[in-house]
Amino acid sequence: MLEVKNLFCERDERVLFENFSFQINSAEVVQVIGQNGSGKTTLLRILCGLSDAYTGEIYWQGKDLDEVRDQYYQAMLYVGHLAGVKGSLTAEENLYWMMQLDKSLNKCTIADALKQVGLYGFEDVPCHSLSAGQQRRVGLARLYLSSAPLWILDEPFTALDKKGVKEKEALIANHIQGGGSVILTTHHDLMIPGETIRPINLDEEAVA
Amino acid sequence: MKFFLAALKRDLLLVFRHRNDIINPLAFFLMVAVLFPLGVSPNPVFLAEVAPGVIWVAALLACLLSVDGIFRTDYDDGSLEQMLVSSESLLLLVLAKVLSHWLISGFCLAIISPLVAMMFFLPEQGYTALILSLLLGTPTLSLMGAIGAGLTVGLRKGGVLISLLVLPLYIPVLIFGAGTVHAGAMGLPIQGYLALLGAILVLSLMLAPFAIAAALKISVRS
Repeated sequence: MLEVKNLFCERDERVLFENFSFQINSAEVVQVIGQNGSGKTTLLRILCGLSDAYTGEIYWQGKDLDEVRDQYYQAMLYVGHLAGVKGSLTAEENLYWMMQLDKSLNKCTIADALKQVGLYGFEDVPCHSLSAGQQRRVGLARLYLSSAPLWILDEPFTALDKKGVKEKEALIANHIQGGGSVILTTHHDLMIPGETIRPINLDEEAVA
Repeated sequence: MKFFLAALKRDLLLVFRHRNDIINPLAFFLMVAVLFPLGVSPNPVFLAEVAPGVIWVAALLACLLSVDGIFRTDYDDGSLEQMLVSSESLLLLVLAKVLSHWLISGFCLAIISPLVAMMFFLPEQGYTALILSLLLGTPTLSLMGAIGAGLTVGLRKGGVLISLLVLPLYIPVLIFGAGTVHAGAMGLPIQGYLALLGAILVLSLMLAPFAIAAALKISVRS
């Protein structure tokens, strides 16, 4: 699905990766691992087109990413460090806006998605009065809504409780069985039921 | 179009939830109007003479003060990233945000401007010129201010920089805006001034959205 060739990225005069090539196939979970500061977030941002600080080529379905950016964005879901949840809007209003922004969020209704993330009954509460974990859940409700084949998740489990993590792991497994793929970073011990996780270790890519 | 309206609705809803954002530029505008005669001279002839310039400068600064926040919260909470990885048009989104900024700043200023004009003893025949010049001039201020806001949104302290970037662009609008009110107050024709303000608005409406979108991409991607 997504192919990266000869990626080079340098930050603050430190080479994060050099001659770095990999690909993400359909029905596959890829976990980016590395120490803090090893460039996990940077790598995911490059894959999303949210960073220009690299040289190298990225191909989506065999075509140069720059040429098929619109198609790529329709087929890709990015959940970043920052959840993109507005504190002064309610969970429902936040998700409604996200659906306007991303047309591939059409798998179920907002009410269903909120029920799945355990926020049933909180849909009319402004997000700033929810807990950190609940706010995270609002952002992650997108996963239930999304019919995009590629998910790029940056630390999706931060602030989630154990049950929440289990549910998300099951959701990812479901997504993979449907032929989708996921690339994510996390410091949790990831257990995707019935799937093997392919690691990409950035510590090995770093040039000492 | 549906997307544009949804974006506009979201921004207005956000403003409605943070009412300070509406009150701040208006309060600033009114404070200048109240304090200026106290500080300089309450002489009606003098005030009527300086009214066009003072009202326009106050309106311009009120716009400049509020424009800094146009993308700030979206940048801070990650919404802006989501906007950039969307397949929807960034230009439409940017236009909706600028329009909502104008509605809470320039548009409101234009509506309360007759009140301020009255405090400055501006001749009544100048009121139309004042309202029309603000209605035509302030959207340009919002558009150009948004370019500066887009460029500085990634910086922790962009406030000063944005003034430096944007003020030179504001000067033509200020000159023609105040000129309109001067001419109107003296009973001279104002169509020429309005045409110029309109031309500047059309030009910035055509070009600024591209510059704002590019500025946001630079701020997020680097």
